[in-house]
Amino acid sequence: MENSNIDKSRRRFLTAAATVVGGAGAAAAAVPFVATMTPSAKTKAIGAPIEVDISQLRPGERMIEQWRGKPVWILRRTEEMLSGISSQNDVVSDPESDKSGQPDYAKNEFRAIEDEYLVVIGICTHLGCSPNYVESDAENPPAADWQGGFFCPCHGSRFDLAGRVYKGVPAPTNLVVPPYKFVSPSRLVIGDDSGVA
Amino acid sequence: MANSDNQVINALVGLRDWVDDRFPLMQNWNEHLAKYYAPKNFNFWYFFGAFALLVFVIQIVTGIWLTMNYKPSAAEAFASVEYIMRDVSWGWFIRYMHSTGASAFFVVIYLHMFRALLYGSYKKPRELLWLSGMAIYLLLMGEAFFGYLLPWGQMSYWGAQVIISLFGALPIVGEELALWIRGDFVVSDVTLNRFFSLHVIAFPFLIAALVGVHILALHEVGSNNPDGIEIKKNKNAEGIPVDGIPFHPYYTVKDIWGASVFMIFFFAVIFFAPEMKVPGTQGLFLEGANFIPADPLKTPEHIAPVWYFTPFYAILRAVPSQLGGVIAMGLAVSLFLLLPWLDRSPVKSVRYRGTNYKIALTLFIISFLILGWLGLQVATPLYTWMARIFTVVYFLFFFLMPFYTAVDSDKEVPERVTS
Repeated sequence: MENSNIDKSRRRFLTAAATVVGGAGAAAAAVPFVATMTPSAKTKAIGAPIEVDISQLRPGERMIEQWRGKPVWILRRTEEMLSGISSQNDVVSDPESDKSGQPDYAKNEFRAIEDEYLVVIGICTHLGCSPNYVESDAENPPAADWQGGFFCPCHGSRFDLAGRVYKGVPAPTNLVVPPYKFVSPSRLVIGDDSGVA
Repeated sequence: MANSDNQVINALVGLRDWVDDRFPLMQNWNEHLAKYYAPKNFNFWYFFGAFALLVFVIQIVTGIWLTMNYKPSAAEAFASVEYIMRDVSWGWFIRYMHSTGASAFFVVIYLHMFRALLYGSYKKPRELLWLSGMAIYLLLMGEAFFGYLLPWGQMSYWGAQVIISLFGALPIVGEELALWIRGDFVVSDVTLNRFFSLHVIAFPFLIAALVGVHILALHEVGSNNPDGIEIKKNKNAEGIPVDGIPFHPYYTVKDIWGASVFMIFFFAVIFFAPEMKVPGTQGLFLEGANFIPADPLKTPEHIAPVWYFTPFYAILRAVPSQLGGVIAMGLAVSLFLLLPWLDRSPVKSVRYRGTNYKIALTLFIISFLILGWLGLQVATPLYTWMARIFTVVYFLFFFLMPFYTAVDSDKEVPERVTS
C-alpha cells in the first residue's frame, strides 16, 4: 500500500474514538469492582438494636456489650463520681461536647439520659482502640480531683467519667454516645431511640 | 565413553537451538546473566538485592502451602493457624518460614535501601530504578499488613483497626474510605476475607510484576557500585566495560555463597527464636498478644506494630494531633521517593562525599533506629519528647538535603573503580 492512499484524519478519528469508547468501558467496569467492596446488605442488616438488662450493675461498675460489632460500655456512676465531673471542665478539651458525637438528649453535663448511667461506644476517637476503665487510684492521674476514667493503651488518650477527652492527647473528640433509650428503669435498648428523640 | 558424551552434548545443543529458533532463550540468558556486565568492585552491601529475591520466592512457596490449610473466616482462622502449628505435618516449619520470611524481607529491604543511600544508587540515571524499588517497598508494607490480620489474634485485630483508622482520620473522605476498606463498620469476617484475597492474589502479583520492572530497569542503566562510578563510560574495543565482569558466573557464584550464609541465619531464627523474643519486647517477629484470639471488645494492654513499622509508628505518636500524625507518618514513608531530586551533590558514593552528607546520613540512621526502638515502647512523657526530637532530625535529613548536599566538600572521583 502506498502512503499517499492513507486517509490520516480518518485513522486519527478511529483511533481516538476507539480509545474514548474503550476508556469509558474500562471506567464503567470499575464501578462494580469498587461497589462490591462497600458493606453488603447482610452486613448493614446486622446493626439491629440490642436490649440490655442493667439490674445487676452495681454502683461504680462497668459492663461491656457488643452492638454493631463495637463495644458499648454502661457505667453506673456513684454520687461521688458525678460530683467530680464538673471539676474536670477546665482540663477537658470539649467540656460542652460541642464537637463530639452524641444524640441531643445526651448533650448535657453528664452526657447521659439518666445521670447515673453513662452509655458510650468504647472506641477511642483517635484510631479505634478500646480504652481501659481506670479507677480513681490510678498512677499519673491526668488532673486534680481525678475520679477515674478511661485510658487508651494505644496512643495514650485519656477520658473522664463522662467520656470527655482531656487536653493534650491525640484523640480529637469525646467518646461517642450511641442512640439508646430506657424501656424500664432496669432495661435499656442500644441502637434505637425511637419515641425519645 | 567419550563418544557417547559427545552425543549427549550434541543432543542438548540441538534442543537448545530448537528452542532458540522459537523463543529468545540465549538472548535473554546473555542479556541478563552471561553478558550482563556488573562492576567488578561489588562489596558486602550488594548481596541484599539477591537475598530479597530469594526471600520473595520463599514467601510465595510457603504461602501456597499455608493456604492449603488456612481458613479465611473469623470463626475458623485462629484455630486453623493452630491446626497448622500442631497437627499438620511440618506445618510449624512452613508457618515459621513464612513469618520469619516476612521480617527477613524487611531486614533485607532496609539494608538494600541503606546501600542506595550509601552509594547514591538513586541518583541519575537510576531514578526510575529507585522509584520502582520504592513501589515494591510500599506494596510490601501493604502485603505485610494484610498478612498480619490473617492469624486473627489480638494484635492482628487491633493492629488492623488502628491502621485502617489512619485512613479514617483523613478529612472529608476518611470515614467513607475506612468503611470501604473494611467492608463493615468494624474489622470483621468481611475484612478478614478480603485481606486474604489481597494478600494471596493481588499484592503478590503486583510485587512480582514490579520486581520484573525493577530488574529490567537495573539492566537498562547498569548497576551502580561502591565508588559510584559509571563503568559504561570506560569501554574496551568490544564495547565491554573494562571495570565490568559478567554477572554469570562471577556474581551468581558470589550470590549463591552469600545466600547460603544468609540461610544459616534464617534457619537459626526458625529453629531457635521464631518469635524473636528479645528482652523488653513481646516478640519482634511474632507478638505475644497474637496468641490470644481476636476480641473486638478488649484492646491488649500494650499494643505495638511489628518492628518494621515502628519507626513510622513512633512518628505518628509523636505528633500531638490526629490528622497531623497521619500526615507526618505518610510523609516519613514517602519522602524517600523524592531523594533523586533532593540530592544536589555531583558525587554518588559516600566515599567521595564531604562531611555534610556523612553527618546527615549518620544522624538519619540513628534517628531511624531510635524511632524504631521507641515505637516498641509504651509512650511515657520522656519517650514522647525523644520521639519528637528524632522525628525532627528524621525530616531534616530530607528537607535540608538540597542545601547541605549542594555546598558539600565533595572529593575528586577517580576515573576507574578502586580495587
